[in-house]
Amino acid sequence: MHPIAEKYIRKSALPTIFCPGCGHGTVLNSFLRAVDQLDIFNTLGLVSGIGCSSWTPVFVNTDVMHTVHGRALAFATGLKVSNPKLDVIVFTGDGDCVGIGGNHLIHAARRNIDMTVFMLDNGIYGMTGGQVSPTTPADAKSQTTPYGNPEPPLDVCALVVSAGATHVARYTTTQPRTLISGIKKAIAHKGFSFVHIISQCPTQTGRYVYGLTKPDEYVRMIREQSISLAAAGKRSTEELKGKIITGLLHECSDRPEFVETMTRLRRA
Amino acid sequence: MNKKRRAITKEIIIDGGVCKGCHICIDQCPEDVFEVSKTRSTKGYLMPVVSRIDDCIACMLCELICPDLAITVETTKDEK
Repeated sequence: MHPIAEKYIRKSALPTIFCPGCGHGTVLNSFLRAVDQLDIFNTLGLVSGIGCSSWTPVFVNTDVMHTVHGRALAFATGLKVSNPKLDVIVFTGDGDCVGIGGNHLIHAARRNIDMTVFMLDNGIYGMTGGQVSPTTPADAKSQTTPYGNPEPPLDVCALVVSAGATHVARYTTTQPRTLISGIKKAIAHKGFSFVHIISQCPTQTGRYVYGLTKPDEYVRMIREQSISLAAAGKRSTEELKGKIITGLLHECSDRPEFVETMTRLRRA
Repeated sequence: MNKKRRAITKEIIIDGGVCKGCHICIDQCPEDVFEVSKTRSTKGYLMPVVSRIDDCIACMLCELICPDLAITVETTKDEK
């Protein structure tokens, strides 16, 4: 096992519950490295909902809340307001964050509360057997859409930008160095940071949506599809069709932060 | 080998207790250092084995991308 894992992982929980080749493990790997580099392990407060993605923080040997489906952000808001010193970090999935708990996401972004949300997007409800989720591509075949998905996928980053998030970024698990620096930037940002991480689910999405049997083929496909924001600026809209634009999509600091407003009101 | 490169790989350790044999490291390695093992690990997976360690350029991509944190690349700093 890697020295970083020896230092931060709950060894009784190993090996992880993830399927072979699951991208959530890479996110855990990158997250632990970012925590190690920022040296914030003692002030971490990890919150997660339900789903494969929400198992990611459970392996970290620190304070973790594994909460109810879709409501991780509501629990995280309570945790942050009650103890503002904590670095509250939420791990959630596409179904958990925008499917079941979309309402909580909009209002957490509107409040601009100082927390970091990692949405691990594998485009399907993986744990329950491969049902269609809000980010499943259109025409994709899943267990609940055997004739193809009739709905277009939701652009979650655009949603949280319009709701008022002050740091919105998108990365993929296939570029771990960019992911680590992105995670560090998101944690350091004061305000609502939303990081959309494109992850791979070889068991459900790989097999049924893309027809790929091996995790390595799937990783190669995501790497070929992803394009950085700087490179995407030079291309036309037609060239960018089907591409994943990665990088820091939106950042501003002109909105008041929720916990600071609450502290001011308490003192008044 | 590139003269600017500072680190030289000494050893690549793969932990059989946590590796699940997804073979992402084999595919992502730019220098094809790994190979699929012919025998199964204690967990029953066909793990990667290091077959061409001299080709390793210590890019650390396998270590960073491993979903199970099973790979450790041990390097030595080049004195030059």
